[in-house]
Amino acid sequence: MTFDWSPVLLSLKLATITTLVLLIVGTPIAWRLARLRHWIKQPLVSLVALPLVLPPTVLGFYLLLVLAPNGFVGQIVKGMGLGTIPFTFPGLVIASVFYSLPFAVQPLQNAFEGLGERPLEVASTLRATPLDRFFTVVVPLARPGFLTAAVLSFAHTIGEFGVVLMIGGNIPGQTKVLSVAIYDHVETLEYDQAHVMSAGMLVFAFTVLLVLYAVNGRIAVAEKS
Amino acid sequence: MSGIIEARFRTGFKGGFSLDIDLRLPAAGLTALFGHSGSGKTTTLRCIAGLNRAEGTLRVDGETWQDKKRFLPVHRRPLAYVFQEASLFPHLSVRKNLEYGARRIPDQDRRIQFGQAAEWLGLSALLDRRPANLSGGERQRVAVARALLTSPRLLLMDEPLSALDHKSKREILPYLEHLRDALSIPILYVTHSPDEVARLADHLVVLDKGRVLANGHLTETLARLDLPIGQDEDTGIALEAKVVERDARWHLMRVAFPGGSLWIRDHGQAIGQKVRMRVLARDVSLALERQDASSILNILPATVTGSVPTDHPAVVLTQVRLGHPLPGSNTGIPANQNDRTIKHIDGTTPLISRLTARSSEALALSPGKPVWAHIKSAAVLE
Repeated sequence: MTFDWSPVLLSLKLATITTLVLLIVGTPIAWRLARLRHWIKQPLVSLVALPLVLPPTVLGFYLLLVLAPNGFVGQIVKGMGLGTIPFTFPGLVIASVFYSLPFAVQPLQNAFEGLGERPLEVASTLRATPLDRFFTVVVPLARPGFLTAAVLSFAHTIGEFGVVLMIGGNIPGQTKVLSVAIYDHVETLEYDQAHVMSAGMLVFAFTVLLVLYAVNGRIAVAEKS
Repeated sequence: MSGIIEARFRTGFKGGFSLDIDLRLPAAGLTALFGHSGSGKTTTLRCIAGLNRAEGTLRVDGETWQDKKRFLPVHRRPLAYVFQEASLFPHLSVRKNLEYGARRIPDQDRRIQFGQAAEWLGLSALLDRRPANLSGGERQRVAVARALLTSPRLLLMDEPLSALDHKSKREILPYLEHLRDALSIPILYVTHSPDEVARLADHLVVLDKGRVLANGHLTETLARLDLPIGQDEDTGIALEAKVVERDARWHLMRVAFPGGSLWIRDHGQAIGQKVRMRVLARDVSLALERQDASSILNILPATVTGSVPTDHPAVVLTQVRLGHPLPGSNTGIPANQNDRTIKHIDGTTPLISRLTARSSEALALSPGKPVWAHIKSAAVLE
């Protein structure tokens, strides 16, 4: 049995890039939502949470419509001479960012809201500018939130299936990620391959969660003592 | 105007609370903002800090921090703020907490050095600890030092002792007294404790329901009969006096203040040193004649200046003034609530006496009547 590593590597690459994008995009969204005192807050929070409850195929379907060459975004991208998005790796990243958005935003938003106003007020009376306050007070105090956001985004992206299939298809080396590869193996009755990949995923998922909870527990203990 | 803090704020909040204040405060010494909860004292302090945004004007020592056109953000105001809970950064050591503000001011503005602040507040042994490993009192001392290390031009303190137990309070009070005397930084100090007012304040502002009830010199304001500072057991005045004489044989010392002097127990202060004392209304009795055949040591001539009933029909509070006011001067009860510049009037000092209504009538006490104040005791605050 020769093991094909390319779906594994592709999944890792996709998850890494998606996580980085999500931390960059999700942090300001979470910050804004955490500070918002307006009726619009609940609709926005619900919007961000949509991927949690929507069937991935629904999300994938709409993304496909928008990103397709004749779709709203697809036309703009084509107009800029950047080719098409669906069934490419960048397309996968875009879809993954939407799909995993709540997994980054929610832990961050909870962490930011948990801080309360006081540490920021203290920092401002100690002459820290808003940006300074964010990086020297908010980020260190919300570290468990950042860690949770990163790990959940990463793990969730590794595990996604429906959205990938809708947007990326099944092109080896480009969009054929781990979960899709497992599906393929099962479809073609290659149970050995499916076993190896599935067991690997199982161990990976458990390890990730174990490390996450252990580290967050340690941070909480360290700040109390 | 320099030497003055001018604060005018008007704001309405949800739930019916509104703030409407117009204060002129001395930009020196410690000014207590006193009031019960809901009086607006913390809101006033937060408006001065810029933590709350209220319509108004704020000028500190001639510099405008807020008016119609501008609003200086908190981090650009040269002030420091000590919150009710110490609010140290839990992720930083004591040393890093202290350095947080200190590192963010320009070098030429630095007037308080790290070692100095650490020594003032007794922190040298705590520098490498984490905030979680400090007692409540220690944490609050770190918070005060951290605030001072920004070399502020105005120090704001919001009930810094109220979250502490009795023992921690007693431990931290001497540090605050020392700072008040050693620093040339004006301090605005929010409190609901008459004890802290008596011990720390030079100047007193009384707030109620978002309005200024009184604003003046500590002794004069505490002596006002129209304020809710206390119609209870602890009603009385606080004053600062100077040690002028010592009676070694009887372990007594004489302390003098405008309009009189008192013999009190010798607390060991040197001649010329200042002491802060509290004279409670229940320790002052009035008589028409000087009763020398009495165990009471301190008998001083005074003039009745006013009287009010209390919650109990049997008891009245009477204000008298030690020393003789010059003819034509006012009675010490400012006509205008916002009279801010009241000092010891004409070198006199007011006292409050707690009497029965019957005695008051029997002695026919009315404003202008000369009496002898018999002072049973005066407590030195230390």
